[in-house]
Amino acid sequence: MNSILSVHTVRFIVLIILQVLILNHINFLGYINPYLYILFIALFPIKNNRLAIIILSFLLGLILDIFLDSGGIHAGASVFVAYARPLFLKFAFGSMFEHQIIKFNTVEFGSKLTYFSLLTVTHHFILFLLEVFSFSKIILILEKTLYSSIFTILLGVLMTIIFSRKIK
Amino acid sequence: MQQIINFIIRFKNFLLFLLLFCISLTFTILSHSYHTSKFINSANFFTGGFYESFHHINSYLDLNTQNDLLSEENRNLRDALYNNVATSDSIFTDTASYDHNYKVFTAKVIKNSYNIANNIITLNKGYSDSIQQDFGVISSKGIIGIIEKTSANYASVLSILNTTSRISAQLKKTNHFGTLIWEADSPAFIKLIDIPKIAPVQVGDTIITSGRSFIFPKGVPIGTVNDFNLDRAENYYEIKIKLFNDMTNLEHVYIIENLGSEEIKNLLNDSADE
Repeated sequence: MNSILSVHTVRFIVLIILQVLILNHINFLGYINPYLYILFIALFPIKNNRLAIIILSFLLGLILDIFLDSGGIHAGASVFVAYARPLFLKFAFGSMFEHQIIKFNTVEFGSKLTYFSLLTVTHHFILFLLEVFSFSKIILILEKTLYSSIFTILLGVLMTIIFSRKIK
Repeated sequence: MQQIINFIIRFKNFLLFLLLFCISLTFTILSHSYHTSKFINSANFFTGGFYESFHHINSYLDLNTQNDLLSEENRNLRDALYNNVATSDSIFTDTASYDHNYKVFTAKVIKNSYNIANNIITLNKGYSDSIQQDFGVISSKGIIGIIEKTSANYASVLSILNTTSRISAQLKKTNHFGTLIWEADSPAFIKLIDIPKIAPVQVGDTIITSGRSFIFPKGVPIGTVNDFNLDRAENYYEIKIKLFNDMTNLEHVYIIENLGSEEIKNLLNDSADE
């Protein structure tokens, strides 16, 4: 139990530092940045502790907002996906989720990709919706969502492959 | 009572989500209104200190370009000094002729931002260096923004690349003035609206600050006209301006205090009351 706790604490801090110091300065083609910190929300253990993940996601988002001077947009988007996570899990993993036996290291790649993509696209859409804050610029919002999502999904999948522990 | 408690327990996830989501929404809305006191900003000692310590490392990577910029500025200043002619091209010759109405501080950008809709820049000077809200911030090439909030050692700047920013600007050759806005598209361009139709605008004209806001002195360069057209009502021009400043590459900046701003504000308030 303690090792799980420490793994997630370290991941929380490392992802914030990574996001603030490196990923927010990529600015690919001028404005496209990956928001990899949602990996923390995606990989949070699946049990019935929804309260914990909602509170932790809010904290994660709020810390990023303080660093990036962005009001509450990261907090809002993170809380939203944290709350909606069981939906994505159900959609991507089906019956495995019902029995609460998912381990992210063991599930097949396809459903993991579906799950992560759903989470990312939803998060980014809320994020840019709150950032631009006007429905008249919906094209800009969708454009930003699309490009940043592709970037985040690619990076997220790469990270999970690199850092996953091999189970034999 | 029992039922209320049961209800809360049953829907605790949803209620918590709703609460936290509303809090973030409030922060977002607060950040969209100009000059509301904000809890969420990077000018506090923790994030400011964090950014500054990493800025020490990063600044080495950019030394060449920044040196070029500074030496170019020195060249301009020497040029003006030896020729002793007040060219309104350069803000710093202007400052001399203002009869000490403006005080200039130097500062460094420790966190720059230009790719979101509401960009805020963090500087390494705060109220212990007598920096206060509503001071103007410029670089050697043009305007950058207005100080929004200060902590002891850091200040956050509402960048001109912020959709809530409104700065008064005018044509250099005539005195027709309008408002600078940004529409969250490209960090190299900004829009000037409310220029009357009668103004003789041409592509390539220089745009400067108008000095009407009492934050910036008159004559700080902003950019050149890239494109212009009439707005929907066909009474005013909407002018697309190419900025002189490269907002993506900022390091040394100057903070300007208008020593007369208090007096002017009092005067205006008095005459408004009558």
